[in-house]
Amino acid sequence: MNNELLRSLISSKVPEAEFSGEETQFLNVIIKPEDLRTLTEFLRNDPQTKLDFLFCMTAVDWMTHFFTVYHLRSTETDQTLVIKVKINDRENPEVETVCDIWKTAEFHEREVYDLFGIKFKNHPDLRRILLEDDWVGYPLRKDYKDEANIVEL
Amino acid sequence: MINEEANTAVENKPETQEYFINMGPQHPSTHGVLRLMLTLDGEIIKKVEPHLGFIHRSIEKMCEKDSYQQIVHLTDRMDYLSCHMNNEAVCLCVEQGLQLEIPERVKVIRTIISELTRLSSHQLWWGVMGMDLGAITTFLYGFRDREMITDIFEETCGARLTMNYNVPGGLMFDIHPNFQKRTKDFITYFKKKLPEYDDLLSNNVIFTERTKGIGMLSKEDAISYGVTGPSGRASGFSCDVRKHFPYSAYDRVDFREIIYTEGDCYARYRARIDEMHESMKIIEQLIDNIPEGDYKAKTKAVIKLPEGEYYQRVETARGELGVYVVSDNKKSPYRLKFRSPGFSNLSALNIMAKGDKIADLVATMSTLDLVIPDIDR
Repeated sequence: MNNELLRSLISSKVPEAEFSGEETQFLNVIIKPEDLRTLTEFLRNDPQTKLDFLFCMTAVDWMTHFFTVYHLRSTETDQTLVIKVKINDRENPEVETVCDIWKTAEFHEREVYDLFGIKFKNHPDLRRILLEDDWVGYPLRKDYKDEANIVEL
Repeated sequence: MINEEANTAVENKPETQEYFINMGPQHPSTHGVLRLMLTLDGEIIKKVEPHLGFIHRSIEKMCEKDSYQQIVHLTDRMDYLSCHMNNEAVCLCVEQGLQLEIPERVKVIRTIISELTRLSSHQLWWGVMGMDLGAITTFLYGFRDREMITDIFEETCGARLTMNYNVPGGLMFDIHPNFQKRTKDFITYFKKKLPEYDDLLSNNVIFTERTKGIGMLSKEDAISYGVTGPSGRASGFSCDVRKHFPYSAYDRVDFREIIYTEGDCYARYRARIDEMHESMKIIEQLIDNIPEGDYKAKTKAVIKLPEGEYYQRVETARGELGVYVVSDNKKSPYRLKFRSPGFSNLSALNIMAKGDKIADLVATMSTLDLVIPDIDR
């Protein structure tokens, strides 16, 4: 398994996928929210790729859009892939859950929901995880204003 | 007079009802502030629902306004028992971004101190693990031996717990002249003491009865839940970052990746005991071979990482710690995420404890070796 083969497999499954970051550490692929399920189910179960370990999951706020970032690795071949889902809707950001594919995503998606306000469709228990249930706003968004604290973070 | 209702209750099996119990936030076996909501049927655990975030300090948000040198200090406050490895993760990530060549001396010293930190963390874990299951002696033994390591740290790093010995580019200062001698003395001493740990707990009938076959975690679940470190390796999941993605001086030392396949509490216990042997082996190979040279590469006073993304992982005493930095060429990262091992390990607690008795949950949590600030960040 190498990056070229992985690229062609992803392209055959999701033709619109964009690739970036060949010169950096991992192969990066940027997809639309609606392609996430097709691609992840394929990558997890296909015997050629078998990316069975989601070792990091987070989000990045780029002001105009969000990225949810999935770091995947195969425990057999150590092949790594980074999937980024571009979410353009800032008012009501939504993406499908992957927590039935990798169970660790259940906690990580709750964290992303808690700090970024991105909703994960079909998540079994989507509520805040680190902050209190009645917290207002999503602190890791770049436009978050903390009225209560005088010290600006 | 015969009460009809009472009669039927005697004839039929009494109906049981599921009920809830709160374990924590203040509970000695959670080793910090963690609340577990238990759904019980009698004594049998049906569901464990962790409620976390009691000591969430928004470290990731703070990092977005801090310089990279300052971020190193914050990482001490996550998993305080693996503070050196946490520091190292951020430093390695910055060095990777700057494409900085690090002196060999730094790599070797970092590795030695990492392994000493791992030893001290496992000693503390062993002590409190025994105490969780009712043996006070282990606590005293564990802390007695850990004291020697913290003394070494105090002399070389200037602090006993949150050491902050790493800086981007190298080390804060050179090792103390006594460092090599004291470390060797400690290894000689602890080699004799570690078999005592086995005598006291590993072959103790009460202990084995309470750990064997308890808190089962299969390999598939370990991978799916992202359980790494000794806990994952006890389920047969080969996930040692030191072997798979070597950093610092781990590519030149000879050591074994400890793998057990049972996946119960006892396997996790054995994995950590064996890891202590391996850590001592690593230190022995390096302690007499510290290369001469600088203890720090030259860096600019204001560090700016080139635009892009960087990911660095290290093996802490609890598992795989990942640092994901998104940089926009400013003095602080645009976004920084810590993939902390404790957070993922905790998520598997529900399936591990399900079906066990409530008292077994203490053993399961103990062998997961949770450090709460690492989970909450």
